[in-house]
Amino acid sequence: MRLNYPTFIKIIKVPCTGRVDILTLLKAFEAGVDGAYVAGCMEGECHFLKGNIRARKRVEYAKTLLAEVGIEPERLEMYNLSAAQGARFAAIANEMAEKIRSLGPSPLKKAKAAFVA
Amino acid sequence: MIVGNRKPFEEILEMVKPFKKILLLGCRECITVCAAGGEREVGVLASELKMARAKDGQEIEIKEFTLERQCDYEFIDQIKPFIDDYEAVVSMACGAGIQYTAEHYPSKIVLPAINTTFLGVTLEQGVWSERCQGCGECVLHLTGGVCPVARCAKSLFNGPCGGSASGKCEVNKDTDCAWQLIVDRLKTLGQLDRYEDFIPAKDWKPSRDGGPRTRVREDLRLC
Repeated sequence: MRLNYPTFIKIIKVPCTGRVDILTLLKAFEAGVDGAYVAGCMEGECHFLKGNIRARKRVEYAKTLLAEVGIEPERLEMYNLSAAQGARFAAIANEMAEKIRSLGPSPLKKAKAAFVA
Repeated sequence: MIVGNRKPFEEILEMVKPFKKILLLGCRECITVCAAGGEREVGVLASELKMARAKDGQEIEIKEFTLERQCDYEFIDQIKPFIDDYEAVVSMACGAGIQYTAEHYPSKIVLPAINTTFLGVTLEQGVWSERCQGCGECVLHLTGGVCPVARCAKSLFNGPCGGSASGKCEVNKDTDCAWQLIVDRLKTLGQLDRYEDFIPAKDWKPSRDGGPRTRVREDLRLC
């Protein structure tokens, strides 16, 4: 398909999005990422029945935790797409990259930069 | 089990404001089962605190540790070797565990991260419900196994009040009327005649009215 998506998006493979824990998401932000998204299978098509539904609930909960901390919850999202939707994968990657660009660097990074300066 | 809720994040953040090194102490008992203060919740709170403090340019060092039980002398000594390396302890145990930690380390500031709420059951994953108030004198044999102390908003002992409507309590329409549950259960058990038995006024001395309670079994004591 030779579709392009931003090179700064790093993919972490999991056997099912049901494996994604709240702490996995928080640790990413703690490490200083500007944004993260979970790409699960289409709803109703989970091989493990409810993995992607559970992942969505966890993402929603993790967003409330980020808001508590003062990090924009929009920096974390959940998407559903099938393995056959390459074009959608690239579109989501570009959409998320654009959103993060408009939000700017993570507030954690900004604070660190200000502290060092 | 004892059920609790984590305190609002803002409140915890304010409590730890003066400190740069804290010990975040979880408990593997009831508070783990009700997903409020176990190893995982300790991890989540530590991560949140570190991020919130880093955002304000005031980094905080947090040691995460979870005891088998915070309410038991057998385990509380496990933190002795390193507790003095930290300015304060933030406990994610129930009120009993928090106090026990404070009692054992009198010179250490121990802060609560949990609001302890009730003695209850797990209805389904993620849902807990109150069942017992620890009143010290159980009457479940008289009331079809449904507690009028914990489950009736007024703790009535002889039938419902006028606020019972369509089996629900006037305090909250989602709350079952305890006396509706009692009558339904007595019917199922074929014991509805018990509903006519007068239950005398309860002696509240075995409950909190007699002051803090202590239980001793001399045969088990080692001294």
